[in-house]
Amino acid sequence: MNIAGELGIVYALLGAAVAVLFAGCGSAIGVGIAGQAASGVVTEDPSKFAKVLIIQLLPGTQGLYGLLVGFITLSKIGILGGGTADVSVSTGLLILAACLPIGIVGLLSGIAQGRTAAAAIGIVAKKPEQFGKAMLFPAMVETYAILALLVSFLAVNGIQV
Amino acid sequence: MSNTKYTYAVARIRALEVSLFSDAVIGQLLACRTAEEGLRFVMEKGWGDVSGGVDMDAVLKREEEKTWEVIRDVAPDMSVFDVVSYPKLYHNLKAAVKEVCTEKRTPGIFYDDCDIPGSEMLRIIENREFSKLPGNMGRVAEEALETLLHTRDGQLCDIMIDKAALDAICEAGRRSGEPIIENYADTTVAIADIKIAVRSHKTGKSGDFMRSAMAECRSVNVEQLIRAALAGEEEIARYLEGTSYAGGADALRESPSAFERWCDNRMTETLKTQKYDTFSVGPLLGYLIARENEIKTVRIILTGKQNGFPDDAVRERIREMYV
Repeated sequence: MNIAGELGIVYALLGAAVAVLFAGCGSAIGVGIAGQAASGVVTEDPSKFAKVLIIQLLPGTQGLYGLLVGFITLSKIGILGGGTADVSVSTGLLILAACLPIGIVGLLSGIAQGRTAAAAIGIVAKKPEQFGKAMLFPAMVETYAILALLVSFLAVNGIQV
Repeated sequence: MSNTKYTYAVARIRALEVSLFSDAVIGQLLACRTAEEGLRFVMEKGWGDVSGGVDMDAVLKREEEKTWEVIRDVAPDMSVFDVVSYPKLYHNLKAAVKEVCTEKRTPGIFYDDCDIPGSEMLRIIENREFSKLPGNMGRVAEEALETLLHTRDGQLCDIMIDKAALDAICEAGRRSGEPIIENYADTTVAIADIKIAVRSHKTGKSGDFMRSAMAECRSVNVEQLIRAALAGEEEIARYLEGTSYAGGADALRESPSAFERWCDNRMTETLKTQKYDTFSVGPLLGYLIARENEIKTVRIILTGKQNGFPDDAVRERIREMYV
């Protein structure tokens, strides 16, 4: 097997891995932080379970965005279809670069959203009637994950293999 | 991400803050005609235990225990709360030293909801197992016991232990590494120093006496405070005006109880900002102090009603609520 000749596909796969791994880690950490806060509230007041669960899930979307970009990348390079495409090194690097936005922004925004969600769970703990407003604060962080998803999605789609 | 160890604890405290008494609830309690009616009112709010009966002291003691049970349950590291638990620990030491020296046993003089409960402290002092006490406490206990045995001067023994307690609080604040705990410890020591200055002035104590009783802290200069105390109460108030305790100067001129109230309110005011923090130990400390203040306020109101004090006299002593 000629490793140098396969480098293109290696870079492309690395791109898919970056998207899924980093964004997934961001979500896992974020959901974990929010989950700690949710557990604290439910320990004292189990009736708030549904509300805090919804807020806890908000940082989970980054992982899904990473998964989406990962799927598109795998599909683009033919891994999913069974017939691996002939990917040059430059195309492989382009795909890796295209995957970076959702990977990096997914990681950081997932953590930030988790912290905001934990604070928002504090609002629900004290004023459950303000649930709608409490949802908005972590949802704001989502904007930047969506922007990164958009760029990664368009970039991966735009690369000709 | 590294500072998320209090996330669970803070969220749980947020849920518990809902049940803290607001100023409106305290107003309702004040409106109760008798102490019994007041006690029933707080018990309807969940105070005390179903099996505990309707004894005021038992209800209030149970509430203190409940607060510490919650903190012990949620706090990942109890050592940061040394600043709050040390007064009880050193009280137990003081009581144990006196019990051992006088060879008398008085029931109900110990706190049991602290690291070393009364019975254990008494055993340690009786057997002179000073090494079992934390930090400098062993050395202080030994000195205090020897002093009391040789001089029979209870006040000297009290001063030694009280000063050691203040030093330990200051040191625990620094050791915690948490700015809010350090600030709390410093304020606690500073307020204790100010109270010592006021009482020493009223009882005509010397500068050396005050020096042996006061502990060093950041926000108050002990030497300046002693000089002010030797010059008179007005001088103490004037000195306070130049410190971060300026608001206390007017309270001090008003009355000692107004000053005590101001001290507690200032602490509550400082801790109120912690209601908006999500990832630090601050909300836990805020809740703990808020509960202690709440219990103190309920005790003042119920005791006032028991002894037939006029509402205005009781109202003057009521603390500001945390929520």
